[in-house]
Amino acid sequence: MSVDHLPEHPDFLWRNPEPKKSYDAVIVGGGGHGLATAYFLAKNHGMTNIAILEKGWLAGGNMARNTTIIRSNYLWDESAAIYEHALKLWEILPEELEYDFLFSQRGVMNLAHTLGDVRESMRRVGANRLNGVDAEWLEPDQVKELCPILNTSDNIRYPVMGATYQPRAGIAKHDHVAWAFARKCDELGVDIIQNCEVTGFIKDGNRVTGVKTTRGTINTEKVGLAAAGHSSVLAEMAGFRLPIQSHPLQALVSELHEPVHPTVVMSNHVHVYVSQAHKGELVMGAGVDSYNGYGQRGSFHVIEEQMAAAVELFPIFARAHVLRTWGGIVDTTLDASPIVGVTPVENMFVNCGWGTGGFKGTPAAGLTFAHTIATGAPHELNAPFALERFETGALIDEHGAAAVAH
Amino acid sequence: MLLISCPNCGPRDETEFHYGGQAHVPYPENPNDLTDREWAEYLFYRENTKGTFAERWVHSTGCRQWFNMLRDTVSYDIHSIYAMGSPRPDIAGQSAQGQAGGPGLAPGAPTTTTSPEGAQK
Repeated sequence: MSVDHLPEHPDFLWRNPEPKKSYDAVIVGGGGHGLATAYFLAKNHGMTNIAILEKGWLAGGNMARNTTIIRSNYLWDESAAIYEHALKLWEILPEELEYDFLFSQRGVMNLAHTLGDVRESMRRVGANRLNGVDAEWLEPDQVKELCPILNTSDNIRYPVMGATYQPRAGIAKHDHVAWAFARKCDELGVDIIQNCEVTGFIKDGNRVTGVKTTRGTINTEKVGLAAAGHSSVLAEMAGFRLPIQSHPLQALVSELHEPVHPTVVMSNHVHVYVSQAHKGELVMGAGVDSYNGYGQRGSFHVIEEQMAAAVELFPIFARAHVLRTWGGIVDTTLDASPIVGVTPVENMFVNCGWGTGGFKGTPAAGLTFAHTIATGAPHELNAPFALERFETGALIDEHGAAAVAH
Repeated sequence: MLLISCPNCGPRDETEFHYGGQAHVPYPENPNDLTDREWAEYLFYRENTKGTFAERWVHSTGCRQWFNMLRDTVSYDIHSIYAMGSPRPDIAGQSAQGQAGGPGLAPGAPTTTTSPEGAQK
């Protein structure tokens, strides 16, 4: 473990202002993506008369409910470009935001358990390297060397036949990421307004001119939606549709342990992913529940399957206790790729569809979405992720290739 | 964990079933006439209702029959289970459990109709 203590909290993080009558731009959603968007709007585009509206408390949605993994080992050029840009931002952001959020580049391994996995994984390593993403193929003995607690014997149900490895990947302390962005946003003059739920939009013809909220009406020239699992609910209020299905995704942590797990290990085939948090909890994630849902909890059988896989791969976990489980609502698309760009409503923009991969994309989502909101046009990194792709058939299709199934 | 009353087999654990997405999405009447936009709507756009949602399920490890279900996507209460090809039951005014009054089958009630979606189009 590279870091053994958490950073001290600054005395002051952000104000809690009353909403003003009007703003140049309003961001709906006070999670990581909304905060990053507001930060880059202020920093890169000089837009400081802006507000972030959060229906609950700051970063209390998916930002508080993910497994904090950061990697960029995606297959397709468009995905590799945006996630790798995110990773490069993660590498400089602690200094830029003047807040250490414990970005720990301890590497991410994606295990292969079948010959099909092996071939797909080697293909992905090749594709990653062509895109400037650090990637290696590891044989089972190299896997064992990097992560000694993994069971690499060949007589188990899901033998480890090798793994892809991205050394620059890792984890960050998600709450601190949100607080780091929030603190800087506040410094730059952004109003962070919590407990403010959007209940409707005001339009002049097809142009959005305001937002109705539980704390009154706010006039604005531009609206950016960054509400993850609730994006389609907001779009419906605004009068357009999104090709989004919302699913519960759950994760869990164990009680605290001494450092035993030196890297992040993911397995698509058995669908479990494990890392050890800075404090010592084993953080584990699994797949989404198959059905649509807005309840922030998941099915118990998903945990059961995930734990069975985890205990086989990591026999040392057999007597660990689960401390708590939680669920988030992820906004999935049929090509497992995000939607970032303009909408059918003038001056309204959307950032959604990140599915199970939103946390790692936070800085690049914020950077490109801010560009689109400020200029009304796509950034070169989010251009392929436009809503139009569902109509033109130019889908990105990161299913499976994303190294974890959605 | 959902307890789903298969119309043929009775109440079974969620793990015996597979989810089939939104119900009542008919294949286009005249596919050749569709614009790209309309094809996109048919292929990729589905309702994502926060509340009562009509969806399809198949009892994969049991009778292997498809059926429709009205389920609340927030509380996960199952309001009604009804046959493929039947119209969506009107559950307005019903209790949260959807046990009485509507045309939908109460969970566990028998049914013999298993006509595939669109068969009555």
